Amino acid sequence: MLSILTFLPVVGAIVVLLAPGDSLKKGLALGATVATFVVSLMLLPGWQEIPDMQFVERYAWMPDLNIYYHLGVDGISLWLVLLTTLLMPIAVAFSNQHIKQNLGGYLALMLLMETAVLGVFLALDLVLFYVFWEFSLIPMAFLIGKWGSQNRIYAAVKFFLYTLAGSALMLVAILALYFNAGTFDLLELQEAGLPPGLQQLAFLAFALAFAIKVPLFPFHTWLPDAHVEAPTAGSVLLAGVLLKLGTYGFLRFALPLFPVAVADYASLISFLAIIGILYGALVALAQRDLKSLVAYSSVAHMGFVVLGIFALNEQGISGAVLQMVNHGLSTGALFLLVGMLYERRHTRLLKDYGGLWASVPIFSFFFLVVAMSSAGLPGLNGFIGEFTILLGTYRSSPFFAVLGTAGVILAAWYLLHAFRQVAQGELTNPANFKGKLPDLNWAEIGQLLPIVLLFFVIGLAPNFFLDKINPSVAALEVVQAPADSVELLVDSSDQPPLTSGSSSLTTNH
Amino acid sequence: MDTALLFDDAVVLLPELVLAVGVMVLMMVDIGRRGQNGSQLLAGLSVVILLLGIGASVMIWGRAPVEYLDGAVSDGFALSVRLVILIAGVLGVLLSRNQFPAIERQGGAFYSLYLLAVIGMMLMGTATNLIVLFIALEIFSLALYILSGFYREDPRSIEAAMKYFLLGAFASTFFVYGCALLYGAGGSSKFTQIHETLATGGGNPSLVLPGIALLLVGFGFKVSLVPFHMWTPDVYQGAPTPVTAFMSVGTKAAAFAGFFRLMMTALPSYHDQWAMPLAILAVLTMTVGNLTALRQSSVKRMLAYSGIAHAGNILIALVAGTAAASSAAAFYLFAYAFMNIGAFTVTIAFERQHGNENDLEQGRLAGAAERFPVLAAAMAIFMLSLSGIPPLAGFFGKFLVFKAAVEAGWAWLVVIGVLNSAISAYYYLRIVVAMYFQQPEEEADEREPSIVPASRPSVFVVAVSVLAVVVIGLQPGLWADLLRGLGQ
Repeated sequence: MLSILTFLPVVGAIVVLLAPGDSLKKGLALGATVATFVVSLMLLPGWQEIPDMQFVERYAWMPDLNIYYHLGVDGISLWLVLLTTLLMPIAVAFSNQHIKQNLGGYLALMLLMETAVLGVFLALDLVLFYVFWEFSLIPMAFLIGKWGSQNRIYAAVKFFLYTLAGSALMLVAILALYFNAGTFDLLELQEAGLPPGLQQLAFLAFALAFAIKVPLFPFHTWLPDAHVEAPTAGSVLLAGVLLKLGTYGFLRFALPLFPVAVADYASLISFLAIIGILYGALVALAQRDLKSLVAYSSVAHMGFVVLGIFALNEQGISGAVLQMVNHGLSTGALFLLVGMLYERRHTRLLKDYGGLWASVPIFSFFFLVVAMSSAGLPGLNGFIGEFTILLGTYRSSPFFAVLGTAGVILAAWYLLHAFRQVAQGELTNPANFKGKLPDLNWAEIGQLLPIVLLFFVIGLAPNFFLDKINPSVAALEVVQAPADSVELLVDSSDQPPLTSGSSSLTTNH
Repeated sequence: MDTALLFDDAVVLLPELVLAVGVMVLMMVDIGRRGQNGSQLLAGLSVVILLLGIGASVMIWGRAPVEYLDGAVSDGFALSVRLVILIAGVLGVLLSRNQFPAIERQGGAFYSLYLLAVIGMMLMGTATNLIVLFIALEIFSLALYILSGFYREDPRSIEAAMKYFLLGAFASTFFVYGCALLYGAGGSSKFTQIHETLATGGGNPSLVLPGIALLLVGFGFKVSLVPFHMWTPDVYQGAPTPVTAFMSVGTKAAAFAGFFRLMMTALPSYHDQWAMPLAILAVLTMTVGNLTALRQSSVKRMLAYSGIAHAGNILIALVAGTAAASSAAAFYLFAYAFMNIGAFTVTIAFERQHGNENDLEQGRLAGAAERFPVLAAAMAIFMLSLSGIPPLAGFFGKFLVFKAAVEAGWAWLVVIGVLNSAISAYYYLRIVVAMYFQQPEEEADEREPSIVPASRPSVFVVAVSVLAVVVIGLQPGLWADLLRGLGQ
């Protein structure tokens, strides 16, 4: 099941490359992504709300070396898998409309990327994970470098080298873990436990790779370049899916494998996340280019996710998982909207727009809803995610929670600012007049509608999603330890058994 | 001497014998067809001989390792190395076929020297005796000196041959002197005997370290470790490209095989002393190789420096000095054979596209993906594999070597290794960027757009290499199982 899910896009990519004619290629690519989405939906009926891995597959890959082809999905990865498979057909549909040059290659690369990303979300063997992780760079670098805008080569090379260099040390850490425990299997490593000294070093190596991918301040410099230069569908996938690989990595690998080191570094990383939230928001506020604005907003929003993860309690982490999905949906939709506007007017500068509500009401309506979702309006999905994260953060550190809340306010500010600049005010630029600037067509509405509907579904029925996330989150060791220590504090005022980081977290109660 | 001894275990050297007979046949055929032009027949014959050699290796695969006359052994490691060299040999011959006037004119000389080089290289992997080791080294070195000067009209080819010969001869003297010192230290030219003598406190231990140092110079020259690498770019650039392609893989495989066997069977008790100097050499080799490759504009020179960096990676396996490390090195060389020869093949094809110049600037590749999508895609795969991006063969070569090194306690060396890999990605990526992302300069459209501007044999080489790089990458377990290290 999971293998079919993972490799169906590759099959699609090969077929697309071999197929004659652009219209056939378009249909096949869309068909492959939709089929993948359908397969991924089939995970839901048989889903059990338990902490364990489900739909596990395990075969020997390099038996001499103890390397296994080991896939599985749990509450943490389930929604990310579904997010990926949902965004893919939308991105393909958008590209089908707008990409003219070398369409087959473009679609094949997108499909290859889907496989790589799904592989990362599903792999339970560190070597297998590393293979997918590194491989995901190639399609994205090609998408940016070949189909991007003016400065694309610089952006593609920077993206590729930055993230490649970041994960180089992770390979050494993986080997060191193997040397210590004799296995590359995540679950076995988790059971074996690791000596604290090794945890510190290995955590730093893993964290560097993940922090660059997220991107966590101050490792974010590749992101605006990559986003601004990437073609729209590339941006959608970059923001929607690829950034999640970093936060997912923290959750899946760093937290379970290095609980001691995580507790030590939690404050530092939360601090960086806070800087990222405030810095990203302020820089977004100052942007004149709509796409860079959305790109910097990603830095801020991903900061929230990291903040939630390193709150190290159930609310924080569950909220972070949900917020990953939310951010994927809302930022993905924002990039789609920017792309739709750009295809019409070939400019992304805010000053070229204004008053669009009068000329393109449907576009403006979608823009408003998506901006509200991104800003965390209650009733929509973003609110649930941010609220749960801040709740969790408050439990571990009220100070960070206050600063995080300031970030929410800033987010509302820059998003409304963007909306005001684009849609409200006087319609002055003649190129934007009604009739000159066509409104969204049915195909484009079809691409946005599933996302917008999900905003409401998640916003109004969050428990359907959280119930599947929670068991896996509650099973994390780092979550359990502080929770126990809270009781300890209440019962006997003993110092909690964990080291400095977590004790500083608990004393804040 | 009992003559039965001579033949009893001769099967150990079956692949070498097959090739030796083959060389004689080839020379006879060449004499028989004097005066005719073209060397299609000879190239075909060479391929057949090399394939027979592969067949012979497969035939004796899995036999209990027997030592032949105290001089050569046919264990798993020797067979793995043979396989690498023979594959590199076949691919190299296919490359040279039908493409180069100089080779066409003197096919007999070219192909018999070529096969002799293959024999010498294979012998080097089997040698268990200082004398055999040296003879093997000289057989393939002499053949390669001549082959690199095969473009007699091209001054750069002559310069390459001259440089290679003079420096190579110099390195050989160091090597011989090192052998002599080791013989003095251990009282025998046999590896295992040297080890026994030294381990039991006999012999003359004070000669061991000077001996190792001198041998290291000789080996370092052959596999182009920094600081003995100066000849490499000039020779790679000047020599006929098929020879370069073959040499870059074959010489490395042979010299590393000999080096591994010598250090691990004759001098394991001195591992503590020789590991650290080799580790420093590995760091130097990787770093200097990569940093210099960054600055090259010629594709062949870039590949030459990248070859130096790869030698540094393989040296990490020797530093670790375990059985697992030697099999990792065999895997690495196996993967390297395909990706490197593949890269050279595409380079030749592009060279021919640009009027048969024997050198290609990276800038000329701009926009190549538009005109030659298949070749460009193949080149991209080779480049990504060389830089160690999974799931391609090159990644698992590095992975296995690094894993063996971490297990042997050389984590810091591996850290430097992976950082170097990240540096190397930059110059490999530059080729991909040029082919895919950059627009060609004018003059492009006057040429007929063709899918593959290469001869049929080179297309075959590219296809086989791409297939191998991908298959090895997706199913590394299979090959890691097949390729054995020392004492496995």
